[in-house]
Amino acid sequence: MSKANRNIVIIGNGISGVTCARHIRKKDESAHITIISGETDHFFSRTALMYIYMGHMKYEHTKPYEDWFWKKNRINLKRAWVEKIDFEEKSLIFSNGESMAYDVLVLATGSKPNKFGWPGQDLKGVQGMYSFQDLELMQANTQNISRAVIVGGGLIGIEMAEMLNSRKIPVTFLVRENNFWDNILPLEESKMINRHILEHHIDLRLGTELGEIIGDESGMVKAITTKSGETIACQFVGLTVGVSPNIEFLYAQPSKGSKPLEGFLKEKVLQTNKGIVVDRFFKTNIPDVYAIGDCAEFQEAPASDRKNIEQVWYTGRMHGETLAYNLTSDNPVPYQPGVWFNSAKFFDIEYQTYGFVPANWSEEYESLYWEDAGGKIAIRFLYGKSDMKIKGVNAFRWRLRHDYFDKAISEGWMFEKVLTHLNIASFNPEFFKSHYKAVLDHYNKQKGKSLKVHKESFFKKLIGSRA
Amino acid sequence: MKTIQKIGLVIFVFGLTLFSLLPFFGTYQLEKGTVEANVKEIHTGKMVEVLSPMFGKTYSSNFAFISDFKSYFNTYNDGLKANQEWDKVIWDNYAFALTKASSTGPVAENPFLFLGITVLIGVFGALLYILPLYRGQTEGIKNDGIFFSSMKSRGLLGMITGAWLILFYIVLYWFPEYITNLVLMVDPISMAVSGNPASQWFLYGFIYTLAIIVMGIRMFRKYRGNAYQTIRTTSVMFSQLAFAFLLPEILVLMNMPWHDFKNIWPLDYTFFYEYRVEGMVSSGALGMFMLVWGIILIVIGVPLFTYFYGKRWYCSWVCGCGGLAETLGDPYRQLSDKSVKAWKIERYLVHGVLVFAILMTGFTIANYFSGFELLGQATDQLHSIYGFAIGSAFAGVIGTGFYPLMGNRVWCRFGCPLAAYLGIVQRFKSRFRITTNGGQCISCGNCSTYCEMGIDVRWYAQRGQNIVRSSCVGCGVCSAVCPRGVLKLENGDEDGRINEMPIIIGNKSITVKA
Repeated sequence: MSKANRNIVIIGNGISGVTCARHIRKKDESAHITIISGETDHFFSRTALMYIYMGHMKYEHTKPYEDWFWKKNRINLKRAWVEKIDFEEKSLIFSNGESMAYDVLVLATGSKPNKFGWPGQDLKGVQGMYSFQDLELMQANTQNISRAVIVGGGLIGIEMAEMLNSRKIPVTFLVRENNFWDNILPLEESKMINRHILEHHIDLRLGTELGEIIGDESGMVKAITTKSGETIACQFVGLTVGVSPNIEFLYAQPSKGSKPLEGFLKEKVLQTNKGIVVDRFFKTNIPDVYAIGDCAEFQEAPASDRKNIEQVWYTGRMHGETLAYNLTSDNPVPYQPGVWFNSAKFFDIEYQTYGFVPANWSEEYESLYWEDAGGKIAIRFLYGKSDMKIKGVNAFRWRLRHDYFDKAISEGWMFEKVLTHLNIASFNPEFFKSHYKAVLDHYNKQKGKSLKVHKESFFKKLIGSRA
Repeated sequence: MKTIQKIGLVIFVFGLTLFSLLPFFGTYQLEKGTVEANVKEIHTGKMVEVLSPMFGKTYSSNFAFISDFKSYFNTYNDGLKANQEWDKVIWDNYAFALTKASSTGPVAENPFLFLGITVLIGVFGALLYILPLYRGQTEGIKNDGIFFSSMKSRGLLGMITGAWLILFYIVLYWFPEYITNLVLMVDPISMAVSGNPASQWFLYGFIYTLAIIVMGIRMFRKYRGNAYQTIRTTSVMFSQLAFAFLLPEILVLMNMPWHDFKNIWPLDYTFFYEYRVEGMVSSGALGMFMLVWGIILIVIGVPLFTYFYGKRWYCSWVCGCGGLAETLGDPYRQLSDKSVKAWKIERYLVHGVLVFAILMTGFTIANYFSGFELLGQATDQLHSIYGFAIGSAFAGVIGTGFYPLMGNRVWCRFGCPLAAYLGIVQRFKSRFRITTNGGQCISCGNCSTYCEMGIDVRWYAQRGQNIVRSSCVGCGVCSAVCPRGVLKLENGDEDGRINEMPIIIGNKSITVKA
């Protein structure tokens, strides 16, 4: 197909779809680009929804680009819900009956909150937290309530706890695992976050599973029971047990009313599993149809430490960037993520991770964990037992330089080199108390070594120079 | 809110209300002796004659007093102007001095009592509110509910506060004779510090300094655990108290010219005015030091420090205007406009004022050395236009009055000529930048929202680009509010400081950036 004047339609105005659109425009002057969303008129930062609820920002502040940006870059925005896709005719059908043709279709439809079939999960006052509509619902659902229950100890769960806490709504937080997020975080880190949650007066229930959600006669939630039989009265239940690809609307796609589903050619049925199945080039089984972001599921995981479905802001951005490159280049490249990185914030404790630090590791790795006496600052390194090369790092309330660790991990630097250069690797604001010496002392003590910190001259410190 | 905080608020509002009402109390009586004591010798005879109908009469309000004063005084002057007897016209404004001296009310008799039940009790109430803030809470960002607050998001309370501030500045600059009661309250303090009775400027300096100290304490509470904010706030509190308030008054006590050693031309736009230069030159070694120090700051201090540390060394660590913005203005920092349009207006305005200041000062210096009459008149004209439009209206009325409406750095961002000068150095020859931490940005917008200078910090952060902007005052709040540890204020090598085509780390698929 000729690349000039293509009509590229992207469903979803989240970070993946928008990044893709922007990067296509950078390299392709002629393409007609349309982004469709039923959620909002403009791109906003999904990760910032919590701050709207907390009063840190208004919706308008969460929009990364001013409204004129889209027109200036000739990216058409269409506010609509897509109901059906006719892959044969290459056309979208909206919920209001209108339709739109495309030459290239990019599916970037994101996720939706999981519900695992609990009794009462569809009562009023029970909801997940993913979309702008979820936020509006939560604003309405949490007016004048005396207790909220959150089910699911992950990132959205703790954010929801922080949201409710900011409005002084008492929260009971049910976490199925024995420690917060302990399928991702090693034990010490999990326990530190446990303590921090409690410090914020959250009623944290570890190792506790939801039994059922009980409603009153008007269909409003009034309580929940746990599997161990306890009843907790509440007027709001947040379901934050993960998200799955938002692909329901793609099922059963009869394009023309007369044609039965089985009448389709095989390649005209979009192949899905949990998500939309794609290869490393984000191609689906249907030509000119691609999927990126949360809704895409790779046939094979992109790397040994990566999952088939990547549901992170950063990966969504990389998907969009890579697909845009492929759509505008004669030499498509396979998606190849670099060193893993992620970040989060647990109430006041910032978390950054680089490289490979699983919750548990095998014999071939060794770890160094250091925690500040106050129990809120921590760092963990994972390194090879035999090769002594750094594999990854977890940092809590200690900002680290991404470029430093990206290099250190991908080039396989010696762990001890990193340890003696921690002052340079730190990204904390000026005048903050530094802990690199304490960490090194901790290591020296453990190993009976006497490594020394790589020193900077006084003059360099005075003018703030760094290597 | 705790009970003690509510009590504090009530006390504060009580003090503020009384402060606002105080100008309307008291009686005023003008005597011949008062005129003789407060008027220049050459004007004494005429003024006594002109104002004689007022002598011995008791006025129950300052409005009636000032109205009569102005009517007699203006009738006299207008008559002369009509006859074109320009040399006889009295150009001096005696309204403030005579109203103040004629005040016979309770405030004049009991200045400490009234200072106590207005300003000091207001400070006490404010501290009762501030000190328990965030008590029992963990260290961290305290921005909950800001956009639900009427005071902090242009609600009714914000509008009222803005209107009060605007009114206060208008009266202070152009109608000080109406607030002589307030000035009388601080007379004893002024006498103690400088040996002179207070002017409206002493009152202003006194309240200004108190505002920075009290709201500085609030900063300590709000940014607890953030060493950069704590140290920076201590620095502006100290600078204001020592260099802008106490030291200049002590200089006056020592018969030296009033001088603020940390104020730098062109923010200190009168630095090269004839009376200032004469004052310094005729004040011996210390006076000469003032002049030389002032010039060194302009030609060496600004470029050198800005090269090493960025303009923050001045704007958010030392400056008095910046000090007020960073303390009193902190609750309003989120109200600055982040649009590209506002940025455009900012560049025209702030550099326009810089050019104006340079031209005006050029004229002043040329006039100083030439003594050419036409130039002298032009200089006077320029001085009065600049003083009115920039020095008073822009810096004061708009600069501070608009805190609750347009954010706390309106003056610094759109008007300050020194900020423009520092900014040019910062943009083109400095080691300062805000470093973006690789690919960690989630575009949430906290940095942009809380940037008081209206920089769209996120626009840079999300594309992995360092922030090098002339307007950045280095307050460090973008870095503080970032939930993902993306921003860091840094001084570093000039190499790589400006990265126009950044590569966001993390994606190995694409190695060459288009």
